[in-house]
Order: sequence, then structure tokens, then C-alpha cells
Amino acid sequence: MSTTQGAGRATTRGKGRVGPLAAHPGTTTRLDVDALIDDPATGIIVCCGSGGVGKTTTSAALALRAAERGRKVVVLTIDPARRLAQSMGIEALDNTPRPVAGIDPAAGGSLDAMMLDMKSTFDEVVLSQASPEKAKQILENPFYIVLSTSFAGTQEYMAMEKLGQIHADAQERGTYDLIVVDTPPSRSALDFLDAPERLSSFLDGRFIRLMLAPAKGPARLMTAGLGLVTGALTKVLGAQVLTDLQTFVAAIDTVFGGFRVRAQKTYALLQDPSTAFVVVAAPEPDALREAAYFVERLEGDRMPLAGLVVNRAGPQPRGKLSAEEASAAVQRLEAAGDAPADGPGDPTLTAGLLRLHADRMTTLAREAQLRARFEAGHPGVPTAVVPALARDGHGLGGLRRVGELLADG
Amino acid sequence: MSSDWPRVRLHVVTGKGGTGKTTVAASLALALASHGKNVLVCEVEGRQGLARMFDVDPLPYAETRIATGLRGPDGKPPGTVHALHIDPESALLEYLAMYYRLGRAGKALDRFGVVEFATTIAPGVRDVLLTGKVFEAVQRNSRNKGAIEYDAVVLDAPPTGRIVQFLNVSDELAGLAKVGPIKSQADTMMTLFRSPRTAVHLVTVLEEMPVQETADGIAELRAAGLPVGGVVVNLVRPRALPDETLALAGAGKLDKEAVRADLERVGVSTTKALVDGLAAEARDHAERRALEESQRALVQQMGVPTYELERLAGGIDMGALYDLAATMRDQGLG
Repeated sequence: MSTTQGAGRATTRGKGRVGPLAAHPGTTTRLDVDALIDDPATGIIVCCGSGGVGKTTTSAALALRAAERGRKVVVLTIDPARRLAQSMGIEALDNTPRPVAGIDPAAGGSLDAMMLDMKSTFDEVVLSQASPEKAKQILENPFYIVLSTSFAGTQEYMAMEKLGQIHADAQERGTYDLIVVDTPPSRSALDFLDAPERLSSFLDGRFIRLMLAPAKGPARLMTAGLGLVTGALTKVLGAQVLTDLQTFVAAIDTVFGGFRVRAQKTYALLQDPSTAFVVVAAPEPDALREAAYFVERLEGDRMPLAGLVVNRAGPQPRGKLSAEEASAAVQRLEAAGDAPADGPGDPTLTAGLLRLHADRMTTLAREAQLRARFEAGHPGVPTAVVPALARDGHGLGGLRRVGELLADG
Repeated sequence: MSSDWPRVRLHVVTGKGGTGKTTVAASLALALASHGKNVLVCEVEGRQGLARMFDVDPLPYAETRIATGLRGPDGKPPGTVHALHIDPESALLEYLAMYYRLGRAGKALDRFGVVEFATTIAPGVRDVLLTGKVFEAVQRNSRNKGAIEYDAVVLDAPPTGRIVQFLNVSDELAGLAKVGPIKSQADTMMTLFRSPRTAVHLVTVLEEMPVQETADGIAELRAAGLPVGGVVVNLVRPRALPDETLALAGAGKLDKEAVRADLERVGVSTTKALVDGLAAEARDHAERRALEESQRALVQQMGVPTYELERLAGGIDMGALYDLAATMRDQGLG
């Protein structure tokens, strides 16, 4: 799906919104979530955005809704909150998609879910690429152990790898027709897209050649300051660490060639028109700024953007009184004192209600302003606004409710 | 009220994404910088959140004065707040220059891509470099001539899910370097991080997932021997209604006639929609407050000091940061 097709899925808001959320009535295009998930051409949906905006919940809700509307769906989640994992029955971290119990199969769809196990995904890649002897050598190297469990970028690489695997498998065996991917809570939203590029530049980099040099021994490099560098590294790291590192690089070099090819394939898959990126944000300055970076980056990398989901929006007001009018009325109530003895009245209650209303209106005005700023910089991005739920979603029922709100957004 | 954390020199602020970690770190720095104290606030995630919060240009890798501390009620002049944006590349080059006098070899490291490797790809090294700079700021010594000595350092740290890994530098390196200079430096850093001179504060909001993550974070920190500070409950809804009114609102039994009469009395022309709308908003509010109460009870069972900051409908600006700082000091956090 290209960006233009994406815009075709979105419809200009038909009914005018009331209240401050109607920042630009008529110009805001609505992200039509149901059209997106119902379109058989949509094969992959990637949810991305900064941490704490409800990305994992959005992915799960989209996947559930798609499944109950007839798609054969698998959702790949990364480090979901315990309760969400429980509601989908994927508490075990075994890297295999499992059917989610309790979905409505009336429309002919199905839903599997899995949680990414970074280390076993990495191990599988090594085992599939290297000879048994070499694989053993790599799996036991201290650098590999740390790299595969705790390196801050490994999750991104492995999420890409797993997506590629599931997609290839689904193509071959027809297991799924829609893959929903939740991206890792990266320190930067862009790490996910950078993963293949960073891996490639690392493998082609001078550092790898430097580490491989003693094994291969081209004397030319020695003169170019290699002695100086290894000397410095020994001084800082210690001789043993350097030896471990050299063994690791030498061992992994052969394996990573294949891995790089796969990462580049996945990257191409993300650019395919059958992929749709959904940028998730909350109506907060930081989250919308990250969302803006992401939208720009997706355009720059020619990745198909479906639209923006703004979660946790303030609830719509129920009356037409402005924040200023409500605050002024509170002041007049306080100045007027007690209610007349012979008539109805409860100034404390009324002032409290007016304060709540003023608070709600102020919040909405701020959110509308933030979204208007986003839209000014990134016009035409189809948007779905999802109000904050008074209660946290529980189980599949909660996810279904979020799905409905997404579709209404 | 006096501070609950008088011995702490390093305040680490973590929390689930979206809970307002950077806001809390910034206002804690302002609160600590009263009474002539000098405070440094550091960020390590490359987001330049502090610069935006204090409305200044993006911060360089240099301590930059960004604000004056909160003025105390005693009238004593406040101290200053400096901010530092720590990026791993600069930290590595500074580290090498400070400890190893590598000279020409330092440049060669950069040319051969070692700096890039160490800061982007090498496992654990990135965290060691970031925490190493924080450590240096807390433990200023003669090696760093002319540097400001701070009374307290506030770290706007990575989120709860990553905090133990981030601070547990020596364990992270243990698999790699069992001996050697890097290892012994990581060990020295751990001594500070595990001492009573450090406190890891966790920011949360009163919702299920963040509260659960806070409880998990506390357990992980304790298991790793890292000192748990307080829980800062952020974005608490204003208590505009007293408890008994809240119960009536939740049950949909508010006296709408009384509200209508009050509004008319102060010149607000009422419609049924307006009064019903206000009652419905009160009902939403009551439902959210009930959820907050149940989560608050869980936070209080965690057995650590808790602090509460109110949700500000207008968002965060400099004035709001000082307001939050004053609340923190009144409650004994700063």
C-alpha cells in the first residue's frame, strides 16, 4: 500500500466533531481502521511510536478486531505488560505463535499471538547459518552471550528477523494473511528502521576488518596504525577481552553474511505496498514529536504510512460552557456565599462540578493545540483519536472495546 | 519539611514511558537547588527533553547553567541548576583522554571505527560510558580540574524496564571482562550506585500497568542490591469533589436541582443538557478516582515513601516546574 492508496482508505470526517477537538473541521482526514484491516491487500501492519503510548495494546486490539472480522492474523508482541499477555494467553516465552482462546470465529478468522524471545531468535539464526562446530563456538563466546541477551539494539534486529521468518512461513504455507507487529520500546523510535542499516555498516566497517586482521594478517594494515590501536585497546580493555572479542568477530563474520541478506529482505518487505505503518502517540508534546519524526522518517525511507493513532485523548465535554465561563462562575459562587435558606442550592457541589468541567475543557484545548501543530507540520496524515478509558482494559473484552474505539476514532 | 534523603548525592529518576519522568527529574533538580545548593541534572537518552522543558537550545556535552533553584521560604538565595546531555561518543573520548593519555592512539581508535563500535554495537559499553560520566560528576576529583562540584546530581534515567540493566554495569560487563581496567572501574561505579548515597526514585501514574511495572521495578532493584528511593505518583487527578459527593456522583444521585439553582443564581443560563453534562462528567471523574484509589492502595503497600504531584490541565512550563518543585519540597522529596 503506497501513501496515496493509504489516503484513499481514509475518509474526510463526515460528521462535524463538537468541541475543541474539531481543530480543523473538514481538513482532518480520519484513519479508517476497518477499511485498513479488511483490505486483503494489507499483509503487514507495523505499530510504532514512543514508549508508554499504548502501542502494544493498540497492536493487540487491531489484531483481535481483524481476526473477528475474518482475517487469519498473527500478532507479534515485544515485552507486553503481564496482564495483556495473560489476556492473550502468551505468558510462556517460547517464540512460537499460539492460538488465542476466546475469539469469535463467526467471520471465519483466527488469531495467534507470540512474544518475541530475543535470545532464542538469535540462537536460531546462528544455528541455521553456521556449521554445528562453529555455532557451538559462537554460542559459548562471552561477547555473543551478552550481545544476544542485553545489547540495546538486539531486540530491533530480532524483531525484524522474526517478522521475516513469520512472513516467509505464512507465504509458503498460507498460515496467516495478516501479521501485526508491535515494535520494541526503543530509546529512539527510529532504531527499528535503522537496524538493518546499522548491521550492514557494522559488518562492512573498518572495525571488523581491524579485528579480523591478526587472523588474516595483511601487513599493510599494520603500518596504518594497527599496532597503535591494538595497543590502546589492550590498555583499556585488557588482553583477554581483546582476544575474546577477536575470536567472536572472526566466528560471527561468516554467519552474519546470511543474516545481513535477510535483514535487507525484511527492510524491502517493510517498503512493500502490502505493509502499513500505524504511528501510535498520546496527546503529549514528547509523544507527538516522536510521532512527527517517525512520519518524516517513513516518508524518507519510502515506507507506506497508513496513519496516526492518538491514544489517551481527554474525554469530550458534555456541555457548551467554556473553561473561562466555568471558572468565572466558580468565583461568583464563592463570592455569593451560602445558598438561600429557603431555596435549593449546594455551592460546594456546584463549584466542584464547574472546576472539573474547566479542567476538562483546558485539557482538551491543550490537546487540540498539540494535534493542530502536528497537523500543520504533517498535513494529510489520516488520524484516529481514541479517548482514554476510565478503566484499564481487561481480557479480550477490554481489547475488543479498544478496537471499537479505534474504528470509531 | 526537611528532606527524606539528606545523605543522597545521586538521585536516579526512572519510570514507565509516558509517566513524566523528565518532568519529575527537572523539578526535583529545582527543589534540591534551594538553600544555595548546586545541582546537576543529566539526561542520557539523546532526546533533549531537558532543553525543551527549560525552553533552551539543545544541550551540548558540557555542563550548562539552565535555571536558578527554587527560592526557599527562609529567603536564603537559591543555588543553581546545571544540565548535561551525555552522549556516549563524547563520553568515550573524554574518558580516554582523562584516564589513558592515549594521544595519537586515541585518534587512531576513532579512525578505525572503534569509537563507533564501542558506542553503538558493543554490548554494555554504551551504558558503562553513560553511567561513567554520571559517576564522575558525583565523585568529582582532582583529575577534572576546574569542574564544578555539585551538592547533588539528578539523572533522568532510562525507563523502569531497563533501569537495573543500566545501573548494573559491572554485572553487565562481568561476562566480558573478568579483570582489567574497565572491570575495576565498573566495580568502583557499582560501589557508589549500591551505597546509601544513591536513591532510585520511580515515577508512576495511578493506572494498572504503570503501578504493576513499578512494583516489579522495586523488586528487581532490591534483588540487584540497588537502593530504592521513593515512588513519585504523577498526574494525580484534582480532588475537586469531597468524598461523599464523589459517591453520589458515581451512583448518579447528585442533586441536579441544587446545581441548577446555584448556576442560575450566579448568572449562568442553564439548560437540561448543561446540568446533565456536568453530572455525567462528575460520574466519569468518580469512576477514575475510584480506580486511582485502588491503585494508590497498591502503591502504599510497596513499603517505600510516596510523593504525589497533581495533573496540571494546562501542561508543563517553567512556572509549573517550580510549582511541582515546591510540592516536592513540602512533601520531603527534594
